[in-house]
Amino acid sequence: MARILSFSIFRYNPSDPGSRPRMDNFLLDESERMTLFIALNRLREEQDASLQFDFCCRAGICGACGMVINGRPGLACHTKTKDLPKEIALMPLPGFDLVADLSVDTGKWFRAMYQRVESWVHTDKTFDPKAEEERMDNALADQIYELERCIECGCCVSACGTAQMRPDFLGAVGLNRIARFMIDPRDERTDSQYFDIVGNDAGVFGCMGLLACEDICPKEIPLQDQLGILRRKMAFTAVKDLFRMREGKKK
Amino acid sequence: MQTFHTDLLCIGAGLAGERVAIAAAGAGFSAICLSIVPARRSHSAAAQGGMQAALGNCAMGDGDGPDIHFADTVKGSDWGCDQEVARLFCDSAPIVMRELAAWGVPWNRVVAGRSSYFKGGQQFEKIEKKEKEGLITARAFGGTAKWRTCYTSDGTGHTVLYAMDNKAAQLGVAVHDRTEVVSLIHDGENCLGAVARSLRDGGLSVYLAKATLIATGGFGRIYRESTNAVINDGGGLIAALDTGLVRLGNMEAVQFHPTGIVPTDILVTEGCRGDGGTLLDVNEHRFMPDYEPEKAELASRDVVSRRMTEHMRKGLGVKSPYGDHLWLDIRHLGEKHIRTKLREVDEICKYFLGVDPVRQLIPVRPTQHYSMGGVRTEISGAAYGLMGLFAAGEAACWDLHGFNRLGGNSLAETVVAGMLVGEKVVEFLKGRQVNFSTAVIEDATAKQQGRISRLIGKADGKENVFEVKNRMHDAIMKGAGIFRNGTDLAACVDELQDTLDEARKVGLSTNGRGASPELTLALKIEGMVKLALCVAFGALRRTESRGSHSREDFPERNDRDWLVRTLASWPEGADLPLLEYETATEVFEIPPGDRGYGGGKIIPMPPAAAPSAPEEPEAPEAPGEQVAPRVPNVPNVPDGPVKPVKPVEPVAAAAPNAPSAASAVSAPRRQGRLGEPAAPNPAGSSAPATAPDRAGHNAAAKGEK
Repeated sequence: MARILSFSIFRYNPSDPGSRPRMDNFLLDESERMTLFIALNRLREEQDASLQFDFCCRAGICGACGMVINGRPGLACHTKTKDLPKEIALMPLPGFDLVADLSVDTGKWFRAMYQRVESWVHTDKTFDPKAEEERMDNALADQIYELERCIECGCCVSACGTAQMRPDFLGAVGLNRIARFMIDPRDERTDSQYFDIVGNDAGVFGCMGLLACEDICPKEIPLQDQLGILRRKMAFTAVKDLFRMREGKKK
Repeated sequence: MQTFHTDLLCIGAGLAGERVAIAAAGAGFSAICLSIVPARRSHSAAAQGGMQAALGNCAMGDGDGPDIHFADTVKGSDWGCDQEVARLFCDSAPIVMRELAAWGVPWNRVVAGRSSYFKGGQQFEKIEKKEKEGLITARAFGGTAKWRTCYTSDGTGHTVLYAMDNKAAQLGVAVHDRTEVVSLIHDGENCLGAVARSLRDGGLSVYLAKATLIATGGFGRIYRESTNAVINDGGGLIAALDTGLVRLGNMEAVQFHPTGIVPTDILVTEGCRGDGGTLLDVNEHRFMPDYEPEKAELASRDVVSRRMTEHMRKGLGVKSPYGDHLWLDIRHLGEKHIRTKLREVDEICKYFLGVDPVRQLIPVRPTQHYSMGGVRTEISGAAYGLMGLFAAGEAACWDLHGFNRLGGNSLAETVVAGMLVGEKVVEFLKGRQVNFSTAVIEDATAKQQGRISRLIGKADGKENVFEVKNRMHDAIMKGAGIFRNGTDLAACVDELQDTLDEARKVGLSTNGRGASPELTLALKIEGMVKLALCVAFGALRRTESRGSHSREDFPERNDRDWLVRTLASWPEGADLPLLEYETATEVFEIPPGDRGYGGGKIIPMPPAAAPSAPEEPEAPEAPGEQVAPRVPNVPNVPDGPVKPVKPVEPVAAAAPNAPSAASAVSAPRRQGRLGEPAAPNPAGSSAPATAPDRAGHNAAAKGEK
């Protein structure tokens, strides 16, 4: 028996002076294997052409369609309606600038994050096109890939208590990015250099350990493990640096 | 209105766009990438399987080299590719993989010692050499003689794009995301930049650039069922086509990937078959070896897709509410392999199908996947028709892929072409000065503002944009799929022309304020229908079967008449594209021959025209045998700026001896429509539809020099 789904969707278009923040309701007949991608596109085509939301790959790979689905951040494209009750409430991800309705500006947030953590390989080596590539153990390559699987959907930021309270918090995604470069031997940054970026309350010491980031990560990245490792390492670096500073003063 | 000045403007921030921008930024030029989505959401990220490069590190790739890669690519293209381009690509690809490694891509590496692998359903053993341990390894892909596809699990595009965007951020390449180009700015000879619309607030802005690159990827979304991301609607190609000057190459060459899942059409990688997965029918019989004893599931994509369709037509498909499909079986690869090396596939099956591929079969069928066609360029990346305009990646017809591209060659192409075109763009920028005419700029922006006001005010009509899109989808799905024939294609062109009429009468149902998705689609629907017409009309004219273009009424590959590339342009006000043809390749390293898979007959080149030496074939005398001149006759000069040739005037192309497509442009519309489906090609069944007047053409080319 096909259900009639009842959607309650946050609406606000800041570019339209006549628009006010509100919740709009829509009814839609459910079809077999329906996802929120299918449902939202049908709502736009059949009921309200002004409804704004973001999809791109619609295959759970690009991270464009993060939204709050019945109170929980997740990717809309791979959320099947049959896994939801017939009342479905959709809100934009908090923690990002609103574009309109369910669409938020993750691009701006993430670009700022890359600049802050300097999300690239730091090296003094110059690439020699004639040389054989530097060797790497395959197990290490797999380990780096595990952390590189993040798709920057923003769900962990939206689900994070600290990020909601302090906008400068790097979030699990930023800390994971640092962890990714720390295990990569091609990046020549030292622990002290990493400490300068994340060794503070806006970084690794800001986390309150609520674990929502790991709970909701659609790619199931072990974010808490990374945080733990990073924290231990940074605390150790802090003590070492402190010790070094004192030694320096004595002299 | 905000105006941005930059040396290089890249339209698109996927792998090709960012790689070219990085080349420019690395040489001290300013570069801005415009992107509909944040750079890392570009569709490059979705490429799973890998990148072909003949490194020859792994045991099954032992002895590989660019020559073998080249031969595979040419055969894969069904001799439709430009062999100079293919050679350059194959020689450069290994360097690119190493550069990407240096930039942080976690390529999978060779693990020394014994390991097992699957080919088809059977298990074999291989021994990886100790001295190769830790070097970049590779996996098998379709249509290749060696294991050559470099990969990071099945998230290759993702890791490469992340490394690329990291590099772009490091070098200060500006990415303006949520910004969509709505038109190019040009003065008839030079491309001067673009008009763009913000997908944050809907505002227009102007980007002025000395060089402009189109790198917007494929246009799969003109099909309803496509593996492509929703952003792959051909935006850059539409802007190019709207100039009336730039030519699109081989638009009828559309690839269908064998394994789109049913329903939802999401791709599962060719790596599944490369790693030993098999295709099964309704009786769970492995049928591919029956058709292709040698290559089986690992024949090229066009061949596997056709064989699958053929098999389903025999009634051996699996029935489902979403139509017939077949099964992909990777169960025998084992849990460890699937959960690590085919991890995205595992997730896609879990989330979208509720299937566990370790224990269950995956429902698949051939699905639109890749556009071999695109903005036709020189080997340097310079577009035909406008100085200062370049293209790279899937948006371009460079032309590495001819009528079928090999898996792993497109992702590699984005970065290899990005690097090579990037070098040419830098050379070009060094000598480039342009005058930006305020009149031209104001004209371009006023035109776009006018379009927007008309759409919002319903000045041209009230057609519903979504209905127009659906009508286009219906027409092209029906007429220009895997198997094609004159009757269906003629009906498809007819229907698309009616759809074009409707597209020109679209009016909004909403107020269009801000980033309005309805306005966004309305601004490009006419262009999308035009692209669909380029595909369908080009396919109708091409009365042969080559690679992915398979005509039931012309089953032979016709090297005598059709070893040519289609060039489509759209003169202002026309209802059909203007089609011209040029030789597929000026240089033959490998003369046309049998691919070794796929079957099919070949009508050979006449001996006189057959390539014995790498010289331009003489113009054949007999009517019905013609090799059209290559349009821009300017070779890639390494020490001078690249110089695309001035386009041929549509009128000149419609000279007396070019009766068919050109007349469709100048004649009234109904007459320009295709005649009887039985004889759709006025030029007869053996000759290409239109060759531009050779004399007039050369004159135009000389005039430019």
